[in-house]
Amino acid sequence: MKTKNKRFENARLITGNEACAEAAIVAGMRFFGGYPITPSSEIAEVLARRLPQVGGVFVQMEDELASMAAIIGASLAGVKSMTATSGPGFSLMQENIGYASMAEVPCVVVDVQRGGPSTGLPTLPAQADVMQARWGTHGDHPIITVAPSTVGETYEWTIKAFNLSEQYRVPVIILLDEIIGHINEKMIVPDPKDITILDRQRSTEAPDTYLPYQQTDSDIPLFADFGTGYRYNVTGLSHDETGFPTNDPQKIKALYCRLNRKIDRYRKQIIEYKTEYLGDAEICLVAFGSSARSAYRAVRLARQQGIKAGMLQLFVLWPFPYDTLAEIAKRIKTFIVPEMNLGQIAHEVSCATRKDVIKVNRVDGGLITPAEILERIKNVSV
Amino acid sequence: MFPYEKYLRLEKFPHIWCTGCGCGIILKSLLRTIEHSHLEKDDIALVSGIGCSSRTPGYVDFNTLHTTHGRAIAFATGLKLAKPGLKVIVVSGDGDATAIGGNHFIHAARRNLDITVIVYNNHIYGMTGGQASPTTPIGKKGSTAPYGTIEPSFDISGLAIAAGASFVARATCYHAVRLDKYLEQGLMKKGFSLIEVLSPCPTYYSRPNRLGTSVDMLRWYKDNSIMIEKAKTMTEEEKKGKIIIGVLEDRERPEFCDEYRKLCEKAKNHRR
Repeated sequence: MKTKNKRFENARLITGNEACAEAAIVAGMRFFGGYPITPSSEIAEVLARRLPQVGGVFVQMEDELASMAAIIGASLAGVKSMTATSGPGFSLMQENIGYASMAEVPCVVVDVQRGGPSTGLPTLPAQADVMQARWGTHGDHPIITVAPSTVGETYEWTIKAFNLSEQYRVPVIILLDEIIGHINEKMIVPDPKDITILDRQRSTEAPDTYLPYQQTDSDIPLFADFGTGYRYNVTGLSHDETGFPTNDPQKIKALYCRLNRKIDRYRKQIIEYKTEYLGDAEICLVAFGSSARSAYRAVRLARQQGIKAGMLQLFVLWPFPYDTLAEIAKRIKTFIVPEMNLGQIAHEVSCATRKDVIKVNRVDGGLITPAEILERIKNVSV
Repeated sequence: MFPYEKYLRLEKFPHIWCTGCGCGIILKSLLRTIEHSHLEKDDIALVSGIGCSSRTPGYVDFNTLHTTHGRAIAFATGLKLAKPGLKVIVVSGDGDATAIGGNHFIHAARRNLDITVIVYNNHIYGMTGGQASPTTPIGKKGSTAPYGTIEPSFDISGLAIAAGASFVARATCYHAVRLDKYLEQGLMKKGFSLIEVLSPCPTYYSRPNRLGTSVDMLRWYKDNSIMIEKAKTMTEEEKKGKIIIGVLEDRERPEFCDEYRKLCEKAKNHRR
C-alpha cells in the first residue's frame, strides 16, 4: 500500500548500523576495509552489498590493524574511507589511528561499543570506549569523536563525521553502542538537497612548489591525492612542512603544536550539543549515546513531578565542551551523568564544572533505565 | 653511467644506511628496472613499514608512503584498490614483512593483489640494533639471542608461494644483474609478486657472528648460491646450507583488482 503522505515517503525502519552504512555512502564514502566483530558486523555486511553497486570498494581485511591501514592508504588516493569495529578491534586500530592523526589523513572509524575490557560483553551494550576514543593511541594527538543517540542521529552524524574529517584532516570516531547499532527505529531520510557534504581542500599549487604540510593561516594543510603528479612523502615520523622526517626541535614543536591547535582553535565550530528544559533548571543531566534516551525520559518525568531538571545531550565528546559546562555551572550546582561505564564523561564534567558530579553508572550489560535516573534526580531534589 | 639522479631526492642525502649495507644495491637495481620498464614517476607509489630498508621511499622521487611497523602491505592494499592505475611497490625487511607484518604478507599473496613486494632479508633487525629476526639462521647470534637463536627460520619465498603469490623470485645482493631481471618480471607480472633479496648487514649481523665484512658476505652469497634449475637435480643433503636463487614461482592466477571489477558488474545487475 502506497502512502500519499509526503512526510512518510522517506520514512525507513532500520537499525543504527544500517543507517550508518547508508549515510556513509551518501557522504561519499567509497572505500571500506573491515574485519567482522559483534556488534558492528552489520555495517560491513550492508557495505559489502552496497559499495560494489555504487562503484566503491569493500574489502574484508585480515584483521583490524590491516583495516585501519587500508583505509588510510585509500584516503591518500583521495577516496573517502571508513572502517567499523567494536572495543577489541578498536584497540588494535589505535596505532594506525595515531598515524592518521600524525599524517593528517581523513578517515572515519565507527566503534559500536560493547562491554570491556578485553573480549568483555560482545552482545551487550556499554559506553566504555570514551577515553579510548580520546587517548587510545600514544602521544598528544588531535581527534574528533561524535556520539549519536538514535538511528536518525546516527545517519546525520555519520555524514557530519565525514565532513569533519575532510574539513580538519583528522580521523573521526563515531561512538555507537550495541543499543543504537541494533535497535530498529523509524527515521526520516533527509532530502539530498538538505544534506551538506564537504570534501577536503585540495591544493591547486604546482606540484614542484607544493608543500604537503605547509603552515597555513587555517592550520590545515592542503591535500594532494597520490598519483596526481604531486610526488610527496608521507610518514608517521615527526616531519617538516615538506613531509620528510626531521630532528630539528623547532620544526618538531611547530608540527605538534599545529596538529593540536588545528582542532582546539575550531572547537566552537566542531562541538555540538542539544539542551532541553535547561533555562530554569536546578539539576543538569549530561548524557550521550543511548543513555541520553533514558535521560530525556527521566527529565520529562521529573518535570511532571515539579522537579526542575534539565538536559544537556552531547553529540561531540571530543573536543569536550568544557566552556559550555563551565558556563552552565555558573547557574546550576547539581550535575548528574548517566553513562554505561564507571564515570568516564562524569570525570570530564567534573573537571569542567569544578563540582562533585553525581554518577549513574551501569557496567553489567543492562541499559540505564529512566527510573534509575529519576530516582537519583528525586534524591538530590529533596 | 646510469642516471640514478633522475629518480633520487638528492637533497635528502646522505642516507642513513651503514657502509657496506645492501640497501643501496637493491635500490639501484629497482631504479634501473623502473627506467627499463618505462614506468612514469607519477604512476609509482613506493610504500614501506619500519626498518632500514623501509627508509628507502624517503630517497626516491615517487609517491612515497612510510607507514607503521609491519603494515606497509595493508596500507598498500588500500592505496592499490582505491587507485588501481598506480604501480604499487612495497619495500620491507625480514622482520617487518614476516614477523610483525606476517599476516598482511600472506593475505595479500592469497588475494593475489597486483603489487610488488621486495623483502630485504638481512637476517636481523638492523635499525633497532641487531635483535634476532624470524630469518636469523639457527645458531646465529643477535643482541636478543646472545647464545645463538634456537628458532627455525622462515623461508620467505616459500611462504609467499604457499600463500598464493603469482610470481616469486629470490636473489642476493651479489646477483645484482639477475635482481634487475627478477624485479622487472615481478613488476610486469599481474598479481602479487615477491622478490626476496639476501642483503648484508655488516654492522649487526656479520660482526657479532664473525662473518667478516660486507665484501665477505657478498663472496659468501656468490659461493653458496645455486640456481633453482640446478637445485631441482640435487639431493636434500647437497642443498644443505645453500641459497636457492632464481624464479621460484611464475603462474597465472586471478588478480584481486580484476576480480573486484567483475564483482561490481555483477552487483550492479543485482540492484534492489
